[in-house]
Amino acid sequence: MNQPLLSIKDMSITFSSPDEADIEAVRQVDLVLTPGKTLALVGESGCGKSVTARAVLRLLDKNARIPKGEILYDAEGGRVDIARLHPDSTAMRAIRGNQISMIFQEPMSSLSPVHTIGDQIDEIIILHQRLSPKKARERTISLLDQVGIPGARDRSNAYPFELSGGLRQRAMIAMALACTPKLLIADEPTTALDVTTQAQILDLLRQLQADFGMAMLFITHDLGVVAEIADDIAVMYLGDVVEQGDVFEVFRAPKHPYTQALMNSVPRLQRKAERTRLTPIKGTVPSPKDRPVGCAFTSRCPHAFAPCPGQRPERTPVSPGHVARCHLLTHVREEALA
Amino acid sequence: MLRFILNRLIAMVLTLWAVSFVAFAIIQLPPGDYLTTYMATLAAQGERVDPRAIEALRQQYGFGEPYVVQYWKWITGILTRGDFGQSFEWKAPVTTLIWGRLANSILLEGLAVVVMWLIALPIGIFVAVKKYSLGDYLATVAGFIGLAIPNFLMALLLMYLSFVYFGTTIGGLFSPQYESAHWSLPRLWDFLSHAWAPVLVLATAGTAELIRILRANLLDELKKPYVTTARAKGLPEWKVILKYPVRVALNPLVSTIGWLLPALVSSSVIVSVVLNLPTAGPLLLRSLTSQDMYLAGAIIMLLGVLTVIGTLISDLLLAWIDPRIRYGSK
Repeated sequence: MNQPLLSIKDMSITFSSPDEADIEAVRQVDLVLTPGKTLALVGESGCGKSVTARAVLRLLDKNARIPKGEILYDAEGGRVDIARLHPDSTAMRAIRGNQISMIFQEPMSSLSPVHTIGDQIDEIIILHQRLSPKKARERTISLLDQVGIPGARDRSNAYPFELSGGLRQRAMIAMALACTPKLLIADEPTTALDVTTQAQILDLLRQLQADFGMAMLFITHDLGVVAEIADDIAVMYLGDVVEQGDVFEVFRAPKHPYTQALMNSVPRLQRKAERTRLTPIKGTVPSPKDRPVGCAFTSRCPHAFAPCPGQRPERTPVSPGHVARCHLLTHVREEALA
Repeated sequence: MLRFILNRLIAMVLTLWAVSFVAFAIIQLPPGDYLTTYMATLAAQGERVDPRAIEALRQQYGFGEPYVVQYWKWITGILTRGDFGQSFEWKAPVTTLIWGRLANSILLEGLAVVVMWLIALPIGIFVAVKKYSLGDYLATVAGFIGLAIPNFLMALLLMYLSFVYFGTTIGGLFSPQYESAHWSLPRLWDFLSHAWAPVLVLATAGTAELIRILRANLLDELKKPYVTTARAKGLPEWKVILKYPVRVALNPLVSTIGWLLPALVSSSVIVSVVLNLPTAGPLLLRSLTSQDMYLAGAIIMLLGVLTVIGTLISDLLLAWIDPRIRYGSK
């Protein structure tokens, strides 16, 4: 049961451009996904969380490379390293949509505007399960029904622009689940939706995960959503995973200054008289080009000290299953020993 | 959908009415009319002008009457009897003159459109997918050369080359023995062996333009999230591209079919003159210079009809391939 389904080890992703030096968007990511569990990948815009997710399906742009690390996936036929597969190879395509599938942020632009949602879902079923178009449509309708789309049979003939945002995202989820994947990657699936719809979609995802038993990689920048859906959390900053562990453990006692700062910037529901100003993180996220050799957070960290800019902090266990990359952890301990 | 078509048909009739009005106004614009020139020529040649014949012509065409009355006579003639009037210069009814030439025009330009799409579609897709590759640059350079060379120059060049290297002259659409024969396999072959040159000339400029538009559209579409979704399904790359972004990128191109036809007719005038093609273009040119007003009016009118029909076709095509338009019209 605790056998990992997919483990990303020491992965980095660089983007090359003809005019500039290569940009290392993701410097070092280690993640483990287990069946039936949800890992939330959290971070600001541009920290590399979407890029990491897309790398798992090899959906990155042509100018992206994975120069280092491995993405080990326990496929049906044995363990494969996705990082070494060609993006358009048969092996990769057999995994995409079939064993690992993905839900995207904007359900309007992520569905083809000129095909009915039924057509778009049928396609994936016909492709991987080799059903006849008629049987595929029956499966599509039952899927649409399962994700809570009322009048599924009629709606399967609807075009995306005829559906509301919530229904579109449900259709997107139905598409992702069409081949009962082992891993579902959700890239900010609720960001474009209003709050009530967001709650419904999260509910649906949780329930479907219980039904299908799949692993889920959930990307978001919303800590409220994380609390709602995740078992584990990984916090990313500028291409590095700075802290990860059990979601309650990390929320209760965040160890990395960045995680702590994130927690402090979440507004709380309070009476007006008791409200205090939020404490935003000072400065802005630097470009990956200006990232310090050491800890990426050095330039904005209130506790930065001598080793931070030049030396990469190691993964330091804080408690079982909870690790953080921060010099404070090791150095305080050393000082205590001395 | 039925209502959509009905709406378009009503709009089409109204447009045609406006077109006929403007067409008639245009042919009335030059000072004087053909009859005065005609009488002057006859008198100068010392021939006796039969006042009764002139009077009959005056009556028939209503010269000297107010514009609206003249227009009314002209348009009722067309609508009730299919009579576009008399060509003064050719001394024959306009209808006997234009149909054959118009058919040649439509055939030639239709072929040019087909050739244009057949060449432009695969190249356009290729250069968008392989952006900034060697192939892209080659196609771009070739495309701009095609765009920059004037059609008549290209026609002259082809004539020269085929004469120098193959010893044949290209020009006309038929060999003399097939000129007025009925359609048959040998006549079709004869037509094709003549038509390739004008079709090629007419298609080149349009092809280059089409490639540029398709490339730009497709580059926009290739970045859209739904393409990533299609890839995430596990479809092979070629299928992803052909089924999704290409399909969407075609929409704006389909809407150009409407004005492609009249644009080709007017741009082909010079080519037709150079290559001596029996199409509508040269006829229009000559009728305009000689103030042969009913002939000119009929051709302008029919070009208008072509434009409107072309627009209707592209509207219907667009509604067929793009559901957003189909349902938006409700």
